[in-house]
Amino acid sequence: MNTTDLKQEILRRSGGDPRRGMACGKCSAACPSYDAMEFHPHQFVRMVNDGNLLPLLQSDSLYKCLSCMACAERCPRGVEPFRLIEAVRLCAVREQGQNHLTPNDIPALLDPDLPQQAIVSAFRKFTK
Amino acid sequence: MKVTYFPGCTLKTKATELDLYARRCAEALGVTLEEAEDWQCCGGVFTASRDEIATKLSSVRVLQTAFEKDQPLVTVCSACHNVVKQTNHALQTDSAFAEAVNRYMQNPVPYVGQTRVLHYLELLRDEIGFDAIRDKVTDALKGRRIAAYYGCLLLRPSGVMRMDDPENPRIMEDLLTAMGATPVLWAQRNECCGGYIAMEDRALALSESEAILKNAAAAGADTVVTACPLCRYNLQKVAGNVKVVYLTELLAEALGIKEEPQ
Ligand code: SF4
Repeated sequence: MNTTDLKQEILRRSGGDPRRGMACGKCSAACPSYDAMEFHPHQFVRMVNDGNLLPLLQSDSLYKCLSCMACAERCPRGVEPFRLIEAVRLCAVREQGQNHLTPNDIPALLDPDLPQQAIVSAFRKFTK
Repeated sequence: MKVTYFPGCTLKTKATELDLYARRCAEALGVTLEEAEDWQCCGGVFTASRDEIATKLSSVRVLQTAFEKDQPLVTVCSACHNVVKQTNHALQTDSAFAEAVNRYMQNPVPYVGQTRVLHYLELLRDEIGFDAIRDKVTDALKGRRIAAYYGCLLLRPSGVMRMDDPENPRIMEDLLTAMGATPVLWAQRNECCGGYIAMEDRALALSESEAILKNAAAAGADTVVTACPLCRYNLQKVAGNVKVVYLTELLAEALGIKEEPQ
């Protein structure tokens, strides 16, 4: 799929509209994972809008988003960056062999108090 | 009053106190939580992508169970609540999604989000009423300074959750007051604890949770209260002297129906 088609597909799946973004940075200011991200939420919005998808698809930033929705709640323009991040992440992990987390990784990550909820959530976000 | 109840997987395993006291307190307040039959795990987080259908079906099933019983659906875990409520909203607003779901489920009566989804807090506020709770509590929580922790999932996305003001909520503070405790005012009550990132980047989760706990402690809280097992897990790692407890445990304590630890 070429990047123009992929961009359209990402927009369709996410329901988000990066054209409304004005790079004010409120999403990035609200983002608790800001420091851990190579591409911050406002940059993510701009890059999706520009069809500059390849660096995003390969970036670890996809797996630093907490789906906390603070970026969307505080956006004055209704952009909802987390939806775009999710749609790009799904494109990445839906590729064959590209699961970010596999069942084999789990035993090493467990601790006795860890709630089931953490495991199913991480799987839902990082794996297809 | 009888309602359909969706406990979710974590309340059956690591968070049994959250479940046990949800039932007991509801009973003490005149509401029976009827556990839905054959429910399945909600998946823990909502997948916002519109083309994700299979991952939302477990929520659809439990919504439908409540619809068939003509009862509201009550959840306690913040994460279950968020997933089930967002799924219900998607059925109401996204006709392509609703069509795919109903075709797959072969529903005789189309399910398009008719069920009313209530979080336990909403059950307490809107159905039972905080005044009725005030009338029933002991003075067990008197003098306790408690920080209400909302996190992300109870409030956002606010257009869907519609529980309270997403930036200045009061439902838990009002409940704490009704329970005889003193709610503290603090800034970080709707910031994210790190959630599922604890699985693979523990340091990141710890730093998110630390900022939250520090803020609660600086506001003079002796206890932080939450409705979410994952929030509790993350916050407890950095809690120090501050107690992190479940909403329903605290309510049971206020109502005088909490068992003493052995
Ligand atoms: S949803 Fe993701 S991008 Fe948005 S504020 Fe939360 S962590 Fe940051």
